Amino acid sequence: MGLCGPMYIYLPIAEVSVNAFLLLGLGGIVGVLSGMFGVGGGFLMTPLLFFIGIPPAVAVATEANQIVASSFSGVLAHVKRRTVDFKMGGVLLIGGLIGAGMGVFIFNYLKGLGQVDLLVKLCYVVFLGIIGSLMFIESLRALSNVKRVGTSKPRHKRTWIHALPIKMRFRVSGLYISVIPPISIGILVGVLAAIMGVGGGFIMVPAMIYILGMPTKVVVGTSLFQIIFVTAFTTMLHATTNYTVDMVLAVLLLVGGVIGAQFGTVIGAKLKAEQLRILLATMVLLVCAKLAFDLIVEPSEIFNLSGIGGH
Amino acid sequence: MRTVCAYFLITLFCFARAVFSQEIVMGLSKNEIGITAFFDGSEILVFGAVKATDELSLNEPLGVVVAIASPRRAVMVRRKEKKFGIWVNVDSVEIDLAPSFYAVATTGPLSQLLDTVEDLRHSISVERMIRSVGAPMSVDDPVAFTKAIIRIRQDQGLYQTLPGAVTLQDNTLFSTSVTLPANLVEGAYTTRIFLTQDGKVLAQQETKIDVRKVGIERWLYNLAHQRPATYGLLSLAIAIFAGWSAAAVFRVIRT
Repeated sequence: MGLCGPMYIYLPIAEVSVNAFLLLGLGGIVGVLSGMFGVGGGFLMTPLLFFIGIPPAVAVATEANQIVASSFSGVLAHVKRRTVDFKMGGVLLIGGLIGAGMGVFIFNYLKGLGQVDLLVKLCYVVFLGIIGSLMFIESLRALSNVKRVGTSKPRHKRTWIHALPIKMRFRVSGLYISVIPPISIGILVGVLAAIMGVGGGFIMVPAMIYILGMPTKVVVGTSLFQIIFVTAFTTMLHATTNYTVDMVLAVLLLVGGVIGAQFGTVIGAKLKAEQLRILLATMVLLVCAKLAFDLIVEPSEIFNLSGIGGH
Repeated sequence: MRTVCAYFLITLFCFARAVFSQEIVMGLSKNEIGITAFFDGSEILVFGAVKATDELSLNEPLGVVVAIASPRRAVMVRRKEKKFGIWVNVDSVEIDLAPSFYAVATTGPLSQLLDTVEDLRHSISVERMIRSVGAPMSVDDPVAFTKAIIRIRQDQGLYQTLPGAVTLQDNTLFSTSVTLPANLVEGAYTTRIFLTQDGKVLAQQETKIDVRKVGIERWLYNLAHQRPATYGLLSLAIAIFAGWSAAAVFRVIRT
């Protein structure tokens, strides 16, 4: 304790003592990045929590709680600007809740087998790898095409999506499509949210643009809107089945996070969209590479301990 | 014949008393440790005196062993192997009982103060504190798993072997201090003191240190486990409030 030294805080659920300034700092840095790029930042924060010694089960559950805060903070501005498609958000949410339930079930089953760390890390490597590469290629192409005018492609292309039944009209998005694709996307993102401790915006946003064909201006707000509910539901599931939501950890992260996010938004507004995308893609690929490296290289300690009945 | 026998027994008894008549008295700087929000470890001073009711035979030097142990719990130890190019947990052994914290402070090397039989009887060395009986048949080297738990917890400062950390003055007064790390779990920590000579335990004394979460730590932990739904909703309420207030504050700052 003391003002000049590191201030240690004992986390009541994780049962470890950590430097409070380190957590505030991590929350702040990830907050700046999430504000800059308009992403939740869960995909960065959860691995960082693993690295500083928070038990993975606590990291995933607590991060879900923190994303509720950052998404809620972000969605308010979108509601004001009327860039949230509530109807589409509701349909995605139905899938999201089903997916989150499935995800927590899978998570708890694999935790019993001792394979949950592996599952979480593999999910990170696979999804960050795919999304990072796609974004990187896409933004490189955009950078080289930036001089060319009229690259906007027609949005209402007829694809297999339009052949599916149970159609519904989404006025804000200007779409008349089947509810099957959005529910399926919701389920996939819900599963990932529960397993990886992320909001899933980094998958949801491209899926909304490229698969559903939603207009870009409503994508972020709608994604944030449904993320709030999916992560809130995930938080409740983890809190009631695993007792792994650490409120003290969550508060430290979200104080740093919400402040950081506001600064990030200001910085983000000053950079060009293509530069932002390339930066974000590079960062996603770096996290992916680090996690893949840890899985492939022989660890310095091949044994690991875990409690029985606890976490 | 019977009287001879009786006299022999009495003599033997007296002789035995003469050897084992040493007592130790001990004190602790504290017998309660509260884990508060700002808990960052604690130092425990263990002190005491050797009370000799008979003349001690000092041909062999006396030794003092102080052992502090957390409650023992079951631990799952898993070992990674390379499968399909990546390192995954393959074998696992459930260690039936292992303390999450264990410190042994002594006046000298433990192996010189204590012979194997006495160590076995009193479970003093860290190897003896860990009980593992049911390793599955598929694991051919269960000892490696016990060694792993000792190695990992030593690296984390949870298992401490401190030879020479106990000072013994004039074969009477002894004292030592043991640093408990910040990552403590709750429970009654057993503090044992052994007076040894020539590898044998002459006397021992035991007391408990109560380690428990206090204040807000206690409250949050209880709430999370006893009323998880309330705890979850409270976490969400805090998150929503923090998110809303951050947005509100920065809107004011920017305009």
